[in-house]
Amino acid sequence: MMVVLWTDALLWLVFALGLGYGLYAARRPHLRAPWRRVVRSRTALAAAVVLAAYAVVGLLDSIHLRAGPRDQGPYAGEVVSLLDRLLTPLRVHQEKTYAAPFALHLYARETVQGPDGRPLRTWPRLRWAPEGVDEAHKAGHILRLALKGVLWGLMAWLAFWGLLAAALARVRRATFGGTARRLVRGGDPVPWPTLLGTAALVLVVAGVLAAWAPHYHVLGTDKVGEDVLYQALKSVRTGIVIGTLTTLVMLPAAILLGIAAGYFRGWVDDVIQYVYTTLSSIPGVLLIAAAVLMLQIYMSNHPGEFDSLVRRADLRLLFLCLILGITSWTTLCRLLRGETLKLRDQDYVQAAHAFGVAHFTIIARHILPNVLHIVLITLVLDFSGLVLAEAVLSYVNIGVDPTMNSWGNMINGARLELAREPMVWWSLAAAFLFMFGLVLAANLLSDVVQAAFDPRTRGARR
Amino acid sequence: MSAYLLRRVLYAIPILIGVNLLTFVLFFVVNSPDDMARMHLGVKRVTPAAIEEWKRERGYDRPLLYNERGEGLARFTDTIFFQKSLALFRFDFGTSDSGRDIGYDISQRMWPSLAIAVPTLLVGLALNVTLALTLVFFRATYVDFWGLVGLVALMSISGLFYIIGGQYLVGKLLHLVPISGYDTGLAAAKFLILPVVVGVVSGIGSGGRWYRTLFLEEVGKDYVRTARAKGLGEARVMFGHVFRNALIPILTGVVVILPLLFMGSLIVESFFGIPGLGSYTIDAIQRQDFAIVRAMVFLGSVLYILGLILTDISYTLVDPRVRLE
Repeated sequence: MMVVLWTDALLWLVFALGLGYGLYAARRPHLRAPWRRVVRSRTALAAAVVLAAYAVVGLLDSIHLRAGPRDQGPYAGEVVSLLDRLLTPLRVHQEKTYAAPFALHLYARETVQGPDGRPLRTWPRLRWAPEGVDEAHKAGHILRLALKGVLWGLMAWLAFWGLLAAALARVRRATFGGTARRLVRGGDPVPWPTLLGTAALVLVVAGVLAAWAPHYHVLGTDKVGEDVLYQALKSVRTGIVIGTLTTLVMLPAAILLGIAAGYFRGWVDDVIQYVYTTLSSIPGVLLIAAAVLMLQIYMSNHPGEFDSLVRRADLRLLFLCLILGITSWTTLCRLLRGETLKLRDQDYVQAAHAFGVAHFTIIARHILPNVLHIVLITLVLDFSGLVLAEAVLSYVNIGVDPTMNSWGNMINGARLELAREPMVWWSLAAAFLFMFGLVLAANLLSDVVQAAFDPRTRGARR
Repeated sequence: MSAYLLRRVLYAIPILIGVNLLTFVLFFVVNSPDDMARMHLGVKRVTPAAIEEWKRERGYDRPLLYNERGEGLARFTDTIFFQKSLALFRFDFGTSDSGRDIGYDISQRMWPSLAIAVPTLLVGLALNVTLALTLVFFRATYVDFWGLVGLVALMSISGLFYIIGGQYLVGKLLHLVPISGYDTGLAAAKFLILPVVVGVVSGIGSGGRWYRTLFLEEVGKDYVRTARAKGLGEARVMFGHVFRNALIPILTGVVVILPLLFMGSLIVESFFGIPGLGSYTIDAIQRQDFAIVRAMVFLGSVLYILGLILTDISYTLVDPRVRLE
């Protein structure tokens, strides 16, 4: 049975909007030209492949199902996502407490009953350690699994290559063999070898992880014995939701008010300027903190309104996006106002006025399409900053719900364990790696998109 | 210019009233003082009398906006909005929910905040500008390309990791300076080194990249070509012309944040145990002490507006073409 959470629906809406924009842009030469520049950049293409991998994880995690009564196991009746289903071994392989990456034994010593009945201080074997593998055979086992994983990855990559070549051959009316060869050798203006290389890397890493994960805790386990790799993968969705939905929820207000202020000027402009100056003069963190505190009080006073923990956490996430949106729409609004001020004095807008075209039509037909590049640049530029902000806010306890998987919560939980001897480092390392990958890819891509769409920098840099 | 400044200051008043109204709505209307009292006293086993007592002690027992029982002006002055929110305009911050004088706390705690924020800003500025100038000097070479990639990579690391990494590397592994804490007077210096270093390092990515963009924009302009055509050396062009002209946006960017330095950094201060305004705010958020949060919101807005006015003034100082009318 399907369960649709608010953020699920909105995230898929973002996806649909992206597709819609793609179709819209593909048919318009003035939008195709800058995108062509983006696609021809090797950095952007590699970053896009990495982002796509994150997006697949995030979108899979955004289809929630309520496990039916026939489902056995400890999670019967719970709301789980499609990603959870795929990662079932990771999800159910719960240990007692900390275990290091690839460990066969717990990280801490415990007193257990020895074979002769006397108490014994030792490191108990993990519940889910692979059977029949001891320390001496571990390296060989891991290596064998890795080889299997590489093989899976390469097979998936071959399929990807074949599909891409077939699709391209159809579009170009060329032969399949010739297109496939061109894809690896290069020679097209689009750097296909970079795309295929990055895809190979991503798929092989995914294959190796998939081969290891059912047998080992690849990134260890956390304090309550949950697999860290599972947590990190689940956090992808939280990061993507914050990064995209925040911009999405603020877009209508920012576009409407920004264009209205620039277009109508006069008292409309004064009022809108007053509103955004007031909002932007409040320190963002404090506004977020105040709003989240209020939400917490509201939630603790009205516990009956949330029928499940998942829904409650989801609503809090959506609310956080909203608040972050309120603190960040002012910048976009100001930019749009400035651009509209410039546009409304253009000859074609004046001509439309002279013909008696209605204000709304002028805005929809002449102003809006010409400010869209600003919206696009803001969208991609804000993404990485918002993902980073989530971690900081969750650390201060004004971020996402503590029960929700997020990189900020992972860092928060692992921070104190750094003082342990020996140190528990894997939670931090996992959060670092996953966040760094996403944010770096987003930053690299946004650089190229900005350079391609911003008229000021267009062509200026090489 | 004085007329312009006066107008700017007057314009600040409606904005601050707006800020006040907004925080007032957030803090008192969405959640009534009753809710707050219940939360502070614990939800279970709380008597109505205890709630009334809690509210009376903190002055939350008045009506929100309009007092029907008052007479004359007291109808408006004897309300929570007037007593708690508008009093902020006199910089009368009142007492926190735990009973301490907020004004006194702020005056004590701003010094540690400044002791970290000012060196971080200055050292970071010098370092980032040097780095950006170097990259622009080597523009369109591999030095520039990989330098930029490095900056983007630095930018992609969460600030939390810089702090955790710095504490681990410098404090725990090398045992150079204490991990956290603070001391009075000159003894504080050794506690300040690590936060400042972490603050500077975590700012290199975005700062260096931003300044590089500014310099690059200047390098492409006509006067630079003229300077080269005159036969000036690359060093003279970079320092005599590009650097000086790019200083205008850099300077104004710095002036905007100058007043906000008082507020300190939330994360850095709480990680390093510095008793500044940043950790003060965080503690208040976590203890849900709304009186402090409200005061800090107001202070932050005042400082932000001050920063905007200072920016305008600094424009006229560095760029003679700008006149304030």
